Formats: sequence, structure tokens, C-alpha cells
Amino acid sequence: MYTYKSWFEAIKCLCSTLCSGNITIQKMAGKVKWVTDIEKSVLINNFEKRGWIQVAENEDWNFYWMSVQTIRNVFSVETGYRLSDDQIVNHFPNHYELTRKDLMVKNIKRYRKELEKEGSPLAEKDENGKYIYLDFVPVTFMLPADYNLFVEEFRKNPSSTWIMKPCGKAQGKGIFLINKLSQIKKWSRDSKTSSFVSQSSKEAYVISLYINNPLLIGGKKFDLRLYVLVSTYRPLRCYMYKLGFCRFCTVKYTPSTSELDNMFVHLTNVAIQKHGDDYNHIHGGKWTVSNLRLYLESTRGKEVTNKLFDEIHWIIVQSLKAVAPVMNNDKHCFECYGYDIIIDDKLKPWLIEVNASPSLTSSTANDRILKYNLINDTLNIAVPNGEIPDCKWNKSPPKEVLGNYEVLYDEEMAQSDGHDRDMRSRSGQSTGIKGNRARDSGKPVLTTWK
Amino acid sequence: MVDPESGLSLTIARIVQRLQGSSLHSQLERQARVSLHKPEIKLESLKEDIKDFLKTSGWEKKLQNAVYSELNVFPSPCHPAAPPEHMKEPLAYMRKAQGSWEKRILKSLNSMCTELSIPLAQKRPISEQKELLNKWNEMGTDEPDLSLFRPVYAPKDFLEVLMNLRNPNYENGEQPSFRNHLGLIQVPLKVKDIPELKEDFSELGLNIGQLGIDDSAQVPPEFFENEHVRVGQKVLAEQDSAAAQQYVRQGCPTALRADLWALILNISNQPEDILYYEQLKSNVIQHDLLVDSLIYKDVKLTASNDDYYFVFEDYLYQVLLCFSRDTSVLEHFTYSSATPPKSYIRGKLGIEECAVFYPPNVAPLCFLYHEPSRLYQIFREMYVRFFFRLHSISSHPSGIVSLCLLFETLLQTHLPQLFYHLREIGAQPLRISFKWMVRAFSGYLATDQLLLLWDRILGYNSLEILAVLAAAVFAFRAVNLMEVTSLAAAEAVLADLSTLKVMPLLQIFLFATVT
Repeated sequence: MYTYKSWFEAIKCLCSTLCSGNITIQKMAGKVKWVTDIEKSVLINNFEKRGWIQVAENEDWNFYWMSVQTIRNVFSVETGYRLSDDQIVNHFPNHYELTRKDLMVKNIKRYRKELEKEGSPLAEKDENGKYIYLDFVPVTFMLPADYNLFVEEFRKNPSSTWIMKPCGKAQGKGIFLINKLSQIKKWSRDSKTSSFVSQSSKEAYVISLYINNPLLIGGKKFDLRLYVLVSTYRPLRCYMYKLGFCRFCTVKYTPSTSELDNMFVHLTNVAIQKHGDDYNHIHGGKWTVSNLRLYLESTRGKEVTNKLFDEIHWIIVQSLKAVAPVMNNDKHCFECYGYDIIIDDKLKPWLIEVNASPSLTSSTANDRILKYNLINDTLNIAVPNGEIPDCKWNKSPPKEVLGNYEVLYDEEMAQSDGHDRDMRSRSGQSTGIKGNRARDSGKPVLTTWK
Repeated sequence: MVDPESGLSLTIARIVQRLQGSSLHSQLERQARVSLHKPEIKLESLKEDIKDFLKTSGWEKKLQNAVYSELNVFPSPCHPAAPPEHMKEPLAYMRKAQGSWEKRILKSLNSMCTELSIPLAQKRPISEQKELLNKWNEMGTDEPDLSLFRPVYAPKDFLEVLMNLRNPNYENGEQPSFRNHLGLIQVPLKVKDIPELKEDFSELGLNIGQLGIDDSAQVPPEFFENEHVRVGQKVLAEQDSAAAQQYVRQGCPTALRADLWALILNISNQPEDILYYEQLKSNVIQHDLLVDSLIYKDVKLTASNDDYYFVFEDYLYQVLLCFSRDTSVLEHFTYSSATPPKSYIRGKLGIEECAVFYPPNVAPLCFLYHEPSRLYQIFREMYVRFFFRLHSISSHPSGIVSLCLLFETLLQTHLPQLFYHLREIGAQPLRISFKWMVRAFSGYLATDQLLLLWDRILGYNSLEILAVLAAAVFAFRAVNLMEVTSLAAAEAVLADLSTLKVMPLLQIFLFATVT
């Protein structure tokens, strides 16, 4: 508690601390006013427990947790408006550079070419022409634009399976697998009709090489959902949530072509799996990442497990670096992404996609607790002390408020210290077992973390 | 009492008899014959040279491991004049109780058969055999109608039986005094007290490094973890069972655990073992047993709803169905008080007997072994060494009766206020902890914690640690438990053990509690 000789003193003090960027003094200005257009209890309970006040969109608000449609409006040329210094939103204006399947691939390809041009060791390729360190997205083409390129690739491996995904949809909607060119005739027709007609984004698809050798546990396919919070892109500062989870299919995996249409075998989205006959509402087909780690360490050994998790962190950071140059690094914004990653049977992780609006629906009791804590920790970092935000702050939260997040990459710190300072965190800490990762000097990766 | 000299030669004779004709025996013979071609084997010193050869090629170590394994599993021989039942279980009243319990189970099974008009065992029609073979790897997706099957018994039924055990030669006296035992178990078996446990479990002491405590994120690995891992790798390289058993008392590094447990249990992966498993599998395919449905129902109710184990549901069916047909398991009945029910299947299928048991704990092992025949062997070995004692009535120090008594005694001696309070409100502590112990805590602890606990079971070749942990859990939650006023409330306080860290609890209870 601070006591002042007069109001004048108080205001002077307040001004000086604001100017010095220190906002840890109790503000006398009032409670945070929040708005949301997503009616989810995990959100609302978190706002209410902080004593924040709900207001309507057209009123003066400080914090808006918005859906992706709304962020489009806020930053659009026609309907947009300027945000003031005490307003924070939960999306970056052009997050779709990362979260749309086609743009993500485009940006990563561009990033790789740039690194190659600079002669960076990161862009090193092996004897087959594949990137050694940056090959983490399955071969992907946009349809209908790249149809011919795709056909060329397809013919090199006619027995391969490919997965078609609509660019703008989520939750597994509209996804299907193909193993014959005839199954996507429609896109070849469209590409031939006219190359200048811009396809509405609703019809655009990406087609990626299907990973038909996923790592199976108990004979079932699974993917990883990891949460990553980005507070700023330039300099890049991101945090990884320690409590990610695996989503299992309810049905045994088989690469057999007769089951290509069975979405219960191939798609791990809970939105799909929960309609299966065997869906279980108690565990929801989910495993914690620490379970996965225990299983892999026990059956495959510690080194390969540590290597796998390091690679996962690596590809997340690389994907963020890839889009950082084109991101509108608006200081009013932060974003919590849902990363979907698949591990193949050689223990190589693949980035499947990034979600801007990870589901806040809870499928089980544990799920609800996890998402509640996720939002809680996110708010603690994005809105320091739960007070009225000031977007000019330096976005450097103290370690104590991180909760279940740990620093994934901090560009500023990586640059100021030498390359001895390793900013990569290990998810091994969540099980209380330290990741004894040797500093493998064999890979030049360490030096390039700057 | 047998005098040490003849006791030793009896033991040696028994071990030799058991190992003779085993696959290890024939392998050793084969190796010895092969070595005859080697230049270093000379006719003059044939015996010595072959012995040296076996030593350097690691075969002596294998023999050592096998002997060690036999010593671990079989009890020391008693007086040569003692009848075989005495070796199974020296106390007559215990034998009798186990016999009645088995009769009761059998009766229950038989009546279920009559009720549902299903035979205990029958041969499967060919079409059904084919079908089962096809979906051998995904039995979890089957949905047969199991609503009419009841489990043969529930843990609390078993507890009732144990509570009613009485030694006919022991006069308890009508007056309950503070010296009398206030718990549910009323047989005067000898159990250890804390000073004795401290000695037995000395490696869990405060100044000795442990996995589960000294490998947490805050402790630099140089203090303990790195060295411990190094020693573990050395033990594995030497393939020494006895050393491994000593080593795991301080916990297994996760990456080494699968191999260390296999070494301690003396499981090799010989082709004949894989064949044996395949044979069991074909038995399952060909014959349908009533117990199969019971197993199926139990797995569906437990593992498939479990946060950790649901992934392995299909493996559990495979292992348990094979296990119920494994006659080699019956060997252990020579040292178990139990006798397999012989009456119903003999001769019918060419399988002599089929044991009836409470489905034991396979699921945690799926975290370590993903190859079915290996998983099966490890599970079988753990069952015949340890877990069967949780399901039969005996006076063995690791038997469930002794564990219950140990638990109650520890609690009554060291937390008398808590014990008395819980007893007063009708919440006898054993009623809550029984289910933990009977399942060796599987399904109650987080998997990594459970595996650390089972490390110590293997390391100390005893289940007593289960009773100690149960008491330690009560000690840990004592403050909350003192405030409850009903059994239901007590159950609620102890409902969720998934956040507990077992090693600190054990250490504090044994070594850091003021008695």
C-alpha cells in the first residue's frame, strides 16, 4: 500500500512509473473491461475470477477475446477502427499467414528459399535435395493453382496416398484421402478453365503427401496438440504450454486402401472421433504429453525421446520465424495457437497445421481443467497483474507468472547473450524428470538460434 | 528346523532338479559341445577348459541368473518329512480358508454357467475361430453383450473373508484392550515394525539417492542421476540378475527399466518363448472359456476407462486370455496356498486345469513392453512371483493377509489418534486401502509413480512396500482425515491418488517421522 501526501503526489508518482515502463503499482484507474463473442465457460470464469467487468462491444473495452471473424472486422479497411493504448485483443491482424494451410506452407517455402539464398547453414540439403533441418512440412501443393506440379510429383510415386484439405475449414471438415488422380479430376478442370479467375478462398484446397507411417501406440494413430503463446513477432517471443496432449483415434490404424474412407482410422480431430462407436467420454481418447514421454523413454530410450521433443520445439520456432517478417506485429495483439503435430514411425515430427482459435470446448472433466488453466496462464502473461493493459509495455513478464508455460524462444535474449545461452526449454520438466540432453555439437543448430 | 548343511544340499538338489531338462540346460550342453572344436579346449584339462569357456562367453552368468531366480521364487525347503501341503502353506487354518474360498468361487462360476446356459469351456466353431484370428489385434472394438455376466467376486467380498479368518489355537480374550488389535484382521501373524522395515528398506534412507526424489527438475543431474544411469548401464552390460535386483532398489531410469525388469525376472527372448505364446494364442482361438467373458468385462470396466491405460486395451485382452490358458502358471501352485479348481475342464480340452483368478495387473507393463510375447512373459513372471499372493489366503509375509495386518499395525502404532478416529466414525482404514493393495496400486497412482513403486517390489522381492505406502498415504492426508465424520467423506479425501509422489511419502514415513 502506498500513501501519498496529496493527490498531486500520487499522480506524479503514477506518471513517472508509467513512463519508466513499470506498471506494478496498484492502479487506481479501475477494473479491466472485457468483451467476448465466444460463449465458453473456461473463458468467462477466468475473466470473472479476476474481478473484470463485462461490457458490450460498442462500449469502452480493455480486453476483447474475439473469434477470427471479428478480428477480420476490427482490422479490415472498411469496418476497422484504431485500438487505443489500453486495448488488447487475442489475435494478430493477419494471423492467417500462419493459420491458413496454404499460406503457412507458402511462407515456410519462402523462408527456406531465403535462407538458402543467404547461404545459411540451416538451409543445408542432403544428397536427395531434401532440407536437413527445415523439412518438417509434408510435401504440399495448392489446388487448383499448382495442379500440374502436383501431378508431376504424384506420378513419381503413383502408389502414394495424399490428403485433401479445404484451406479455410477446421475440425476435420471436408477432408478426404485420395490415391488416384481420378479422385481429384474436378480441380484439374478448374485449373484449365482459366488461370486468372481468382478462386474464392472457400474452394481452395491444399493437397499434402499423407503420412501413412504414423507412430502407433497400442496400434492406434494419434497426433499432438500443443499450445504456443506468441506475445510479439519482432522480436519473437513465444511460450510453449507444458501440458499438451495426444489425441488418439478410436479405431486401429491401417494403411490399407480399403479403409481410406474411414475417417475414424485417419483423422484424430475430436470433433470427428467423438461420433465413433468406441468414443469414451471419460478420457476422451487423450493422453498427456508426459505420458507420451514416459512411454517413449521406456520403449525407445531417453536420447531419441529428447531428440524428438527438441525437434518439435525446433519446428514450432522455425514456423514462427517463417511468418514473422510478414506478420503485422501490432502491439495490441497476442495470440495463443494450437499446433497439430504428427510423429511418424521413425520418430520424426511433422507440422500439420496451426490453429488460431484452438477449441475451447471441453470433452472431458480433465479437459475442462486443462483449458481453464491454459486461459488463466495465458491471461497472466498477456495482461500483467490482471490490470488495465498498456500496450506499450515491454511484454517481458517475470518468470513467476508463467504458470504452466515455459519460454520457447526469446529472440531478444538469444541475441544479447552468446550462443552458449540455450533458450530452448524441454518439456521433460513436466514429468519432473530432467531431459539430459547432451549439447550435440555435431549439429550446427545451436549457433543459429540467434 | 533343518540344519544348514543338509538344508543347503536340499536346496542345491532341488534347483538342479528344476533346471535339468530346461532350455537353459540344453543350451549349455550345446555350447559345451560346440566349444570342443575350439583350440583352447584341451583333452587333458577338458573339464576346466570348458568351465572357463562358459565363464568367458557369458553362459556362466546366465546359469547364475537362473539359480538366483529359483532361489528368489521358491521358499527354502522345510523339514524333509513335511508333507507337500506344508510347503504350500504351513498353517492348517489358512489352507482350510483358502480351500473354502476356492470352493465358493467355483460354485459362483458354476451357477453362472447354469443361469446363462453357457458351458465353462467349449470348442469354437471354425467360422468363429477365423473371425477371432482376424480381429486378434483389436478385440477392444468388439461389443458383445456382457450385461448378464457378473464379476466372480469384488475386492470387498475377499476382504470379508479375510476379516473372518481366525486361528483356532489362539485365544483372543473377550476384553478389547489397547493392546489388542483394533483393526479388521484378527489373526496373529508376525509383521514387521518400523525399525525392522527401516533396516529392510535401508536403501530408501534419507541420505541415499533415489529416483523419484533426487532426479526432480530442481536437482542437478550430476548429484545422483547421471552416476545412477551409468551404473545401470553397466549392470545391464554384465547381465547380472542379482546386481540388477540390488540396483533397482534405488529406482530404474525410464530408458533402462524394461531391460532391467526382464533381467531380474530372468526373461530371455528365446524362440521357444515366442512359440509358446503363439501356442497359447491358438488355444484361445480354438476354445472359448467362460472366464474369457469375465476378463473382457473387467477390462472394459477398468482399463478402457483409464486415462493412462485405455491406449493398451487391446493388448490386455491378448495377454489375459492367453494367461487364463497357461498351464505353466500352475507350477506356482506348489508354493502357493491356492489349488486350481480341477473339476471342470480336465480331459475335456486336453488342458488339464484352468486357474480362476482375479484379473491382475497387466496395464502398467504396456508402458514398457510393446511386443506381445515379451509383454506376456514379463506379466506372467510378475504374477507367479508376486501378484498371486494378493489373491490367495496365506501366511506368507507378502501375502494379502500379512499386508493388511502390517498396514493396520503401522497405522495403529504410529497414528493412533487417526486410527481411533476413523474407527469411531465407521471408516476402518483397511476398508479404503484394501483395494489399493490388492491391485498393487495400479489404476490409482500416476503411471510413472507406479513404475517407481514396482521397481522396489522387484528390488526387495517383497510386497510389503505396498502396505507401507498405504500407511504413508494415510499419514500424508491425516489432517484432512481427522476432520471427516463418515466413511464416505474419508473415501472422498482418499479418492484421488494420482498426484502423489510415492518415494517422498515412503521416505518420510519410514525415516523422517517422529515415532
